[in-house]
Amino acid sequence: MTAVTEVKQLTVARTGNEAMAEAMRQINPDVVAAYPITPATEIAQIFSSFVADGLVNTDMVTVESEHSALSATLGAAAAGARAMTATSSQGLMLMAEIMPIVAALRLPIVMPEVNRAISGPINIHCDHSDTMFCRDAGWIQIFSENAQEAYDNVLQAIKIAENPQVHLPALVTTDGFIISHGMETIKILPDDDAREYIGAYKANYSLLNHEKPITVGSIDLQNYYFEHRIPVIEAMQAAKSIIKQVGKDFGEKYGRAYDLIEKYRTDDAEAAIICLGSTAGTAKDVVDALRTKGQKVGLIKIRVFRPFPVEDLTAALSTLKAVAVFDRSDSLNGYGGPVFTEVCSALFNSAQKPKIINYIYGLGGRDIDVHQIEAVYNRLNSIKDSKDVGDIVSYLGVRK
Amino acid sequence: MATLKELAAREEKFVGGHTSCAGCGYPNIFRLTLAAIKEPVAVVGATGCCEVNTSIFPYTSWKVPFLHNAFENSAATCSGVEAAYQSMVKSGKIKDENFRFIAFGGDGGTYDIGLQSLSGAMERGHDMLYICYDNGAYMNTGIQRSGATPRYANTTTAPVGKVNPGKSQKKKDLAKIMVGHNVPYVAQTIAGNWKDLTNKVEKAMSIRGPKFIVVLATCPLGWVTKSQDTVKLTQMAVDCCFWPLYEVENGKYKINYDPKDKKIPVADWLKLQGRFKHLFKAGNENLLAEIQTEVDQDWENLKALCDFHSKQGVV
Ligand SMILES: Cc1ncc(C[n+]2csc(CCOP(=O)(O)OP(=O)(O)O)c2C)c(N)n1
Ligand code: SF4
Ligand SMILES: [Mg+2]
Repeated sequence: MTAVTEVKQLTVARTGNEAMAEAMRQINPDVVAAYPITPATEIAQIFSSFVADGLVNTDMVTVESEHSALSATLGAAAAGARAMTATSSQGLMLMAEIMPIVAALRLPIVMPEVNRAISGPINIHCDHSDTMFCRDAGWIQIFSENAQEAYDNVLQAIKIAENPQVHLPALVTTDGFIISHGMETIKILPDDDAREYIGAYKANYSLLNHEKPITVGSIDLQNYYFEHRIPVIEAMQAAKSIIKQVGKDFGEKYGRAYDLIEKYRTDDAEAAIICLGSTAGTAKDVVDALRTKGQKVGLIKIRVFRPFPVEDLTAALSTLKAVAVFDRSDSLNGYGGPVFTEVCSALFNSAQKPKIINYIYGLGGRDIDVHQIEAVYNRLNSIKDSKDVGDIVSYLGVRK
Repeated sequence: MATLKELAAREEKFVGGHTSCAGCGYPNIFRLTLAAIKEPVAVVGATGCCEVNTSIFPYTSWKVPFLHNAFENSAATCSGVEAAYQSMVKSGKIKDENFRFIAFGGDGGTYDIGLQSLSGAMERGHDMLYICYDNGAYMNTGIQRSGATPRYANTTTAPVGKVNPGKSQKKKDLAKIMVGHNVPYVAQTIAGNWKDLTNKVEKAMSIRGPKFIVVLATCPLGWVTKSQDTVKLTQMAVDCCFWPLYEVENGKYKINYDPKDKKIPVADWLKLQGRFKHLFKAGNENLLAEIQTEVDQDWENLKALCDFHSKQGVV
């Protein structure tokens, strides 16, 4: 049994952006470099007021673009500093060139990121196309279901990214407007506890040691590049158990435990939906309602998309009969969504696997409601014992 | 300002073994720059010939901390290193060692793709020196034209052909763009004048805040010149006033060297470079004349700016 928290936490009302900015205040990074973009602008804006009021020691670099935001953050981290930035959508894609360099240099930069549809057409509302666009950049990706998780995830991301076995950058996402601008009651740690939890950062190497000068970012050709990619690959694999450990430890300390995936009422379930982010909250309500009607339904929330939780997912899915994967973006691969294709590939070698279908939903901030989710559960119930699943990929809530 | 003897006695911080071509201008710039700085220094370099030739894993020519991030962002990256230093000194995490910060990039990485990053870093006022080594083209990718390529030079993306005489546009004036940023120190110099170069680096280092120096550098491959002519070619660029040595301190222009009656025709300088070979073919006299007029006009404008400031009694 875990002894739930002797730490007296504070109950406060915060939006997702405020919650992430609050976590950043407690982290007190040496450097933050950021650039405005809706719906993430507020994070840097609120943080700037912490700087202006002397609540943090951070040197705030108000760069002229997101490309420079991540470049400056990389420079600061290479100098041995704890450095952060925050962005969304077009901003994230402008950073895309630098993201894999951060990962390869093993700089544990943590970036709050608010999911927003990518252009075009230009749109400011939630979908996951921005984060999915950067899914192979070598960054850990943690999705939050609500403002509480956003806060908890940012704190944990520091512990994960800076773990010596990991030393990779991490994105912590919220869903644009749905979480970023939605006010919730959340619990936050008292400052002293948060600072003790986060701890001091000691970089593996620093540019600021002139007695032992290092060259960082060498050109690395056919004879070394491959070998130098292997540790990055291994770090991403190692991150799985570290993320689990950090999530468990957080639960023991503060009463809110986390894992790579969250299984909601799946123990005896036959049908389940897999989703990421805020939709999980809505789907849980539907599961509860259907459970009262005696339906054996559940939900699997992928909290961590990178590293992809292959083992946990295949185990969780082995007892299910039918699964619908919800994707809030399309891969434009002429087939389906990125979460769907990765779940399918994870299951390919499993002996026990469910029937599996894909729903693309919520693009550009299109609302998803309980009725739509309920209809998907109904369909899963109808196909779970039949031979034919019908359309493998469907688009939910789009006008014909 | 350090004498040659003093500079020569200092420890080499940029060393040989790199793979730059013989006669390449930039190795000289980095060797002299680092010799001119006595304080601890960290260098950030942009992708380009220099970075690619001086840090081929597992080797490095840099005996100071060196960071390469990407092509267009050495200024932004350096600004982050500087911010980290200031922040950690202020919070007592590291001691104040009077660390100095240098970002460099080639002309492509500075005049073109990195201009925004440079502009932002200069505007924000970081305590750093940006050095652009200007060899007048994207040399590393095979001599493509850049915003720094002089008019009528032959490059692989603005080649001399039956109807085109090379690059048809004039080179950007980067030093003036930087003056427009109201930074305390901007200077223009060459790879082949150790004294002018090290003086300017020393002066830049004595000033807090953002500094910018653009240095004309030879590229024997792209210029189609002799590798032993690095000093001569860059000096001739000064003597013909294509590339005057000048500096702008707090907005005040000052010419460091006026060739006066030793001013040579631009054609003398162009003639030594294969990239301008076509200009000496019969029928292209007007193109040569056009370049001469342009250089003369720019030189007169520069002198007028300096006169203006000296008449105001502010030099
Ligand atoms: C974003 C991006 N675009 C293009 C390149 C390819 N590239 C590498 S070096 C280079 C040319 C560099 O030119 P310059 O800055 O003038 O330096 P030089 O090679 O002449 O020393 C180019 C185009 C790159 N590395 N990154
Ligand atoms: S190609 Fe030109 S710039 Fe590049 S190393 Fe050779 S001489 Fe120097
Ligand atoms: Mg060049």
